[in-house]
Amino acid sequence: MTADEAGAGRARVTTELAEVIATRRVGAYQHLTLVAPGVAEPARPGQFVALAVGGEASANLLRRCFSIHKVTPTGTYGGTVEVVVSAVGPGTRWLTSLQPHAAVDVVGPLGRPFPLPKEPVPCVLVGGGYGSAPLFWLATQLRERGCSVEMVLGAASEDRLFGVVEARRSCDGVTVTTDDGSVGLRGWVSDVLPGVLERTGGRVVYGCGPMAMLSAVSAIATAHGAVSQVAVEESMACGVGVCMTCVLPAIGADGATRMVRSCVEGPVFRGDRVRWEAFADGYCQVPPDAVGAPAGAAADARRAGGPSTTTGGAP
Amino acid sequence: MVDMSVRLGGFTLPNPVMTASGCAANGKELHRFFDVSELGAFVTKSVQAQPRSGRGTPRMAETPSGMLNSIGLQGPGIDAFVAEDLPWLAARGARVLPSIAGGSSTEFASVAATLRGSSAFGSVVGVEVNISCPNVANRGLVFATDPLASAKVTALVREQLPREVPVFVKLSPDVTDIGAVASACVKAGADGLTMINTLLGMAIDVDRMRPQLAGITGGLSGPGIRPVAVRAVWQVRQAMFEGRIPTVPIIGVGGVRTGRDALELVAAGASAVQVGTATFADPLAPVRVRDELAALLEDKGYAGLSDAVAAAHGR
Repeated sequence: MTADEAGAGRARVTTELAEVIATRRVGAYQHLTLVAPGVAEPARPGQFVALAVGGEASANLLRRCFSIHKVTPTGTYGGTVEVVVSAVGPGTRWLTSLQPHAAVDVVGPLGRPFPLPKEPVPCVLVGGGYGSAPLFWLATQLRERGCSVEMVLGAASEDRLFGVVEARRSCDGVTVTTDDGSVGLRGWVSDVLPGVLERTGGRVVYGCGPMAMLSAVSAIATAHGAVSQVAVEESMACGVGVCMTCVLPAIGADGATRMVRSCVEGPVFRGDRVRWEAFADGYCQVPPDAVGAPAGAAADARRAGGPSTTTGGAP
Repeated sequence: MVDMSVRLGGFTLPNPVMTASGCAANGKELHRFFDVSELGAFVTKSVQAQPRSGRGTPRMAETPSGMLNSIGLQGPGIDAFVAEDLPWLAARGARVLPSIAGGSSTEFASVAATLRGSSAFGSVVGVEVNISCPNVANRGLVFATDPLASAKVTALVREQLPREVPVFVKLSPDVTDIGAVASACVKAGADGLTMINTLLGMAIDVDRMRPQLAGITGGLSGPGIRPVAVRAVWQVRQAMFEGRIPTVPIIGVGGVRTGRDALELVAAGASAVQVGTATFADPLAPVRVRDELAALLEDKGYAGLSDAVAAAHGR
């Protein structure tokens, strides 16, 4: 399937039945390596794959989306794609229980990758939990372009960090935080990020992790005159742009806010373009000034038990 | 080779398989996976007079063999639709079945009028009327639950469109007597019926003890609702055989994932079939279902699809 002008600006996307060639536990997560040459070849850091779960008789119809951790376009087994899975429900438990040689239906690569700076500027990469998965591959590409790369990794506890060793290998400096102080500094990535930006003079901040963290990272980047590029974690039904469930409010080039799909317009957004104040307590409200917002937009979440005012600026 | 062509209200389609409204966006996304002109028709996302942001998130909850959605008819509005989406589909050679919606019967009519005025109207092989919208004039009661309101919308839309362009009214299964609504719509000028829209459902997050969807309730779709679709198609087709409803073609929709599922709706009385939620799991589902249906009809020795329509009624 080739993209004609219809797909202009959109990378090639493939559906393929991939073979699991390796699966191993990493802290609280499972690291899967899949043979998927059609996905591996065109993939860029920040893009994701959508995996079918449960096999043919599954009652879980929807795919699960995972940020691509790494690709090896020409490996021993043909191109491989690696993902990191946290078993939180029936679909992800099925994926983490797969044995080598099992088959997984993959669609990808999906979404827009992290934009890379044209000049060799200092960059800071911030990962929360296993949200750090795509950052090591990104770090390697940034350093190949002459950028210096510092990484900040944070999680609730040591077992929920991902890639600390890999970070030390792929970056110029690494700072680790945990909520419980089990390793690194006790606290949040947002506690240490200002200091790292001041020390390194970072011009671009890349982030991947929970929404509240991305909100804080974006605000700190802006306050330090840096550009932020964040990959959001939104729940998706299709991953390919047709279901309209993974939307978030973002400001476009024309200055207007629209509910945009994180699977095709994202998952990477410029942090200062996202209306973070719309997110609170697991809900995202439609900002009243968004294009096409209903008069009662804000009332939707209130009726659902959500907050009537947003708190913003969380961790 | 089985003759897969189907005649629907004056237009002959090369095959009976269509996308389902709201499950395929407006074509560009799926065109990355297959040529949209391969389908019998491409059914677009319901479009209203003005741009609509839709609801806040979460908009989706997975259910056993299906999902709930609460999108809120997010869309660009009819002016942008006729300026961009319809010409794009027309340029790909797609046969288009635009789905229209409104909060009042006059809004439906004005959307139909704008559609008729489009330079790309030649690509339109019919208009689907989504009457599962809240009627602003009647305390938000959904048009589809009221035969009189459904008939009024049907008549006003019919009036706006050239005679040769068929009007298909999409019925809701959430009614006591779907035959009464079907009859009212056909008598008001509907050239065909699409059955069924989603069922109203709800899911509660028992960890947080609150509704899962920001919109509280949502539309239930997917293989889990297929028996409801089969029942509705059967009942209305039966009423046509008995002369209680004038005979018009039925487009079956609801939980179709395979060619076998499609054949079930055909055998119940559908002349054409739409593939909806299955597309979220498999972007190739519409063309796969078409091929599976053709192979199945061939295996069963049918010369043409039309011979299998309503075959389970044993007439």
